[in-house]
Amino acid sequence: MIADKTTLWTVILLLGVGTFLIRYSFLGLLGGRKLPEWVLIHLRYVGVAVLPALVAPLVVWPAATQGHMDPARLAAALVALAVGMWRNSAIAAILAGMAVLYALQALL
Amino acid sequence: MSGSNPKSAYWSGFRNGAPFVLVVVPFALLFGVVATKAGLNVVETMVMTIAVIAGAAQFTALSLMQEHAPTFIVLATALAVNLRMAMYSAALVPHVGTAPRWQRMLMAYFLVDQVFAVSIARFDQRPDMTTAEKTAFYFGAASPIVPLWYLFSWVGAVAGTAIPASYSLDFAVPITFIALVGPMLRSLPHMVAAVVSIAASLFLAGLPYSLGVILAALVAMVSGAQTELWLARRKEGAR
Repeated sequence: MIADKTTLWTVILLLGVGTFLIRYSFLGLLGGRKLPEWVLIHLRYVGVAVLPALVAPLVVWPAATQGHMDPARLAAALVALAVGMWRNSAIAAILAGMAVLYALQALL
Repeated sequence: MSGSNPKSAYWSGFRNGAPFVLVVVPFALLFGVVATKAGLNVVETMVMTIAVIAGAAQFTALSLMQEHAPTFIVLATALAVNLRMAMYSAALVPHVGTAPRWQRMLMAYFLVDQVFAVSIARFDQRPDMTTAEKTAFYFGAASPIVPLWYLFSWVGAVAGTAIPASYSLDFAVPITFIALVGPMLRSLPHMVAAVVSIAASLFLAGLPYSLGVILAALVAMVSGAQTELWLARRKEGAR
């Protein structure tokens, strides 16, 4: 639960402003100036660098099981990854992952 | 012929954006539900979703706030998730860079993955479009996507309170992130970055303030870039 409303509103407002500034960066503020090649190369990998780092501890040590490894959640994560790569579809991956989680929770 | 004037360009954009409703609606619903489960009320959920319109960053912020990470870490990580949009912004400049400032500001606000993907595909295909037509096409593509993002976030927030804990929705957030990553793993450097990211994050999980996430992301980003450069050099050498 997020109980601290000051933190919450600070995050909401600054995240909104910061996200807008990122989106407006070249369209407005930087006026079409080109970024150096080495920056662009790194920016290409931001998505695959941040999201797995965020998710790995949540999968291996889930809060809902007090940080104990949970076979159902682990299997659900692997299935979601496989389906996402195979079908190229985020929605298919979410549905498959949650389906495996529910199925294993019902069985185990 | 579609796209021959701003009005038909708008509707052409609308038609091209419409299929993405199927992606946006479930994500918006999920965000509304997850935000409610995290303790946000409907007003907080809606202000966040309207101010940010970036699902992955919103889920990131919620997840880190639930772990009581410091505000700075929450913002740095969620904004890092959004950094890809700087590339989108840069890619749009050659096409709509001469549009009036207020239009460019509005375009920046609507710059989400799906609107960008639909628009840049059309602009590259039809470079003869005028700036006014491109701008109209862009707003056309945003028209079915963005309002439904708001609407279904609200539906999720209202419905969320009725969903019991036994549905394990705590795990919907990790599953959503994994689902976003799967389709991104389209080359060796992307896979290297993802594997390094996971390994480093688990290894550094003991660090305070969720610092491990940011450090792991930095290491992974460099690994991906270095792999790309290494592959390019190897190709060069084989010639």
